[in-house]
Amino acid sequence: MRKFWCAFFVFSPIVAIIYSIISSMVPSLGWWFPGASVTELGQRIDNLFYLILYIITAVFIGTQVAMGYVLWRASRSKDERSWFSHGSHSLEVIWSVVPSVILLFLALYQMDVWALFRVQAYFPKEAREAPVAEVTARQFEWRIRYPAPGKKLQLKPQSDDLYDVNDLHVPINRPVMIQLRSEDVQHSFFLPHLRVKQDAVPGQIIPIWFKAERQGIFDLTCAELCGWGHYKMRAQLTAEREAEYEAYLKKLQADQNYDGHATPSAVAKKDE
Amino acid sequence: MSAVGVAHEHGHEQEHAHGAHGHHQQSFMQKYVFSTDHKMIGMQFLFTTLLMLMVGGALALGVRWQLAFPWTNMPIFGPLFANAGGQISPEFYTMLFTMHATVMIFLVVIPVLAGAFGNFLIPLMIGADDMAFPVLNMLSYWFMIPAIACFGMSFVYGGAAAGWTSYPLLSELRVAAPSSGPAQTYWLLGVTFVGVSSMMGSVNYMTTIINMRAPGMTLFRMPLTIWGMFITAILQAFALPVLTAAGFMLLFDRFAFGGWLEGIHTVFFTPAGIVVNNAAPTVGGGQPLLWQHLFWFYSHPAVYIMLLPAMGMTSDMLACMCRKPIFGYKPMVYSMSAIAGLGFIVWGHHMFTSGMNPALGMTFMVSTVMIALPSAVKVFNWIGTIWGGRLQFNTVTLHCIAFVSMFIVGGLSGIFMAAVPVDIYIHDTYIIVAHFHYVVFGTTMFGVFGAIQFWFPKMFGRKMNESVGKWHFLLTYIGFNGAFFPMHMLGIAGFPRRYADPYIHPYLEHLLPLNQFITISAMVMGFAQFLLLGNFVISIFNGQKAGRNPWNANGLEWFAPSPPGHGNFDIPPVCYRGPYEYSNPNRADQDFWMQTDPNRGPKKPAEVVAHGHT
Repeated sequence: MRKFWCAFFVFSPIVAIIYSIISSMVPSLGWWFPGASVTELGQRIDNLFYLILYIITAVFIGTQVAMGYVLWRASRSKDERSWFSHGSHSLEVIWSVVPSVILLFLALYQMDVWALFRVQAYFPKEAREAPVAEVTARQFEWRIRYPAPGKKLQLKPQSDDLYDVNDLHVPINRPVMIQLRSEDVQHSFFLPHLRVKQDAVPGQIIPIWFKAERQGIFDLTCAELCGWGHYKMRAQLTAEREAEYEAYLKKLQADQNYDGHATPSAVAKKDE
Repeated sequence: MSAVGVAHEHGHEQEHAHGAHGHHQQSFMQKYVFSTDHKMIGMQFLFTTLLMLMVGGALALGVRWQLAFPWTNMPIFGPLFANAGGQISPEFYTMLFTMHATVMIFLVVIPVLAGAFGNFLIPLMIGADDMAFPVLNMLSYWFMIPAIACFGMSFVYGGAAAGWTSYPLLSELRVAAPSSGPAQTYWLLGVTFVGVSSMMGSVNYMTTIINMRAPGMTLFRMPLTIWGMFITAILQAFALPVLTAAGFMLLFDRFAFGGWLEGIHTVFFTPAGIVVNNAAPTVGGGQPLLWQHLFWFYSHPAVYIMLLPAMGMTSDMLACMCRKPIFGYKPMVYSMSAIAGLGFIVWGHHMFTSGMNPALGMTFMVSTVMIALPSAVKVFNWIGTIWGGRLQFNTVTLHCIAFVSMFIVGGLSGIFMAAVPVDIYIHDTYIIVAHFHYVVFGTTMFGVFGAIQFWFPKMFGRKMNESVGKWHFLLTYIGFNGAFFPMHMLGIAGFPRRYADPYIHPYLEHLLPLNQFITISAMVMGFAQFLLLGNFVISIFNGQKAGRNPWNANGLEWFAPSPPGHGNFDIPPVCYRGPYEYSNPNRADQDFWMQTDPNRGPKKPAEVVAHGHT
């Protein structure tokens, strides 16, 4: 039985490691990140994730091996008595100082990515000065307000603002900033493929920026419990080329200005 | 200890030695129901929490059922919810995970550690005849009953549905969660009652540990269990008032009285102009983030309240099972204190994505990352304790090893969450769920299961069945890891928490099979707990009889009869040494050396502090 239990406690971390390796190496299983990040900042976040992952994997293997070893020794002990020891001061010093250096390094190493993501002074200037849209979360949808083409987003809704629901369009290859707010309870704006997440807090307007570097349609979900329909705040982020983006805004404007008399496309032409 | 404490101790011993000899007949009600005896109160807590463990587990299985087989009829419990067609509606799902967390945290983990084991062990391990305030102690149990009743009422009204964190405005504006209605109010009252109960316990434990230690029981001769309980009591005393205050603030925000009570309707957490469900816009000037700060100011230390006593108990059990002193006793004490101290300045890591000032994110990241340090020191010391020991693989040992092993996983995965940029992505995903279950179930509950086996002989004078215990361990361990390890991968894949049907999102569709695997593992784990319950109940009556010290352990509790009578000790204990003198070469005839053993060994007699009273 002793051998069984020793093997049991060594076996389970091995299974965990094999399972993790398979998950990370076989993307077709989908047990890992939903594809490489669409933003450069997201890739840096992934890199930080991997840095932590490598460190903790080393620690995990180290501690589990040490544990397996001491278990094996202790279960086979032929000695009449255990080793009488109250500990070792030098060991305590070593295993306090070494982890604290590593941990402190880890904490400080994360700072700049956080600052870039969240501290407004570090946002790219072009994004900060011209937010592309205001996203308002409500139970259970995302309302999106764009400024009219050629105008700047104002704090208060303007008569010529453009509206859409559950579909946020952004141009690729340039940093964009959106203003996030909540109309009712707390929500969280989560773009898994872009590694962006920010809570929408009632009563606050929170700016977020990102720079999509690939076109595509990405999931936009809510990550903060907002009521019974939390799971169904399904929306999408459409990252598209500048021209397509402008065309989309034009079409939105045309549809919005449609008065029932002319065909919508005619209205669009008149605006031009 | 001060002379006052010792004198006080003596007075009580005489009085209670008297009681223990049976001059003092108690009625059934006095003895088993409204008991002021710390052992009976501890057992009342233990029975209650084991029952609640099953309730909380059933709720969890409901959650798991929906995630594995969405919108299909629930087995066993389905027919109870005929109005939903036996299915789990989204409202019901929200209630399930809210109440699962509530029951597990407030009615299982906190009371089983502080309430059951704290009560049972503190006086026995420090050599006191009872708690400092026995009636307060009784009340601390009886305040759990209204708490349970309030949570029960919450069920009746459809269940609180704002998550156990109850973030406003969802928890505050009735129109935001129409199904929760009075349930949320009852939920808040329930949490308040639990808080009152914990506070009564906390005051009692601190006073008892400070004032009622046996002669010779200096602070650094206390077993680590007592250190864990002591630090936990301090944490509770300082953190709980904040939660209680926040709870009342939220209650007053929720109330909408008319007439002369109108003034009670406050707006602490309500900003102005919020329109929920087309109701009238709110009037206010409050701040919803305030609740998060207040809530986590309690609830992060509460994580350590849910952990430190188990750490202490595991240290005691592991040393006994390895027949070896704990490796680095003082570093263990200091690291527990460091965890408790740092525990007060890390609450912001729950709020990295909440929109609080980003500079706070940086400071909370540093403090949070650094709290991994004392935790690491503890792990190294536990491994050091096994090193060179003579290990007996009984159920207690298995649970202790699982405790350390699972704590390594839970501790290491915590570093992802502490790192703010990484937390942006993984916040509120299943990797968080995996992490805290590894800590609260994998670590604490394995510690508790081990402790039940270990101290069972002291509670009932009989041992629990070993082979059933091992099967329970095996199934729980396999089920637990099968259920929670894959959740790390779900989290990395961006699988959010609290989704009634995640599969409507294109990027999550393919995760259904993995969730089914998790659910099956969770069922194995859940049903394995019947082994524990069965073993527990049957062993009370049919277990193998145990003497005073069945494990050849050193602590003062093993000096008392099994089970101890009213007043605990038939001979007033005096403490001569630390609790971990296993395999001491100065003691040739046996590999343990009880703290109460006046035999000072062949050498260094001056080392032992002798008190005049001995």
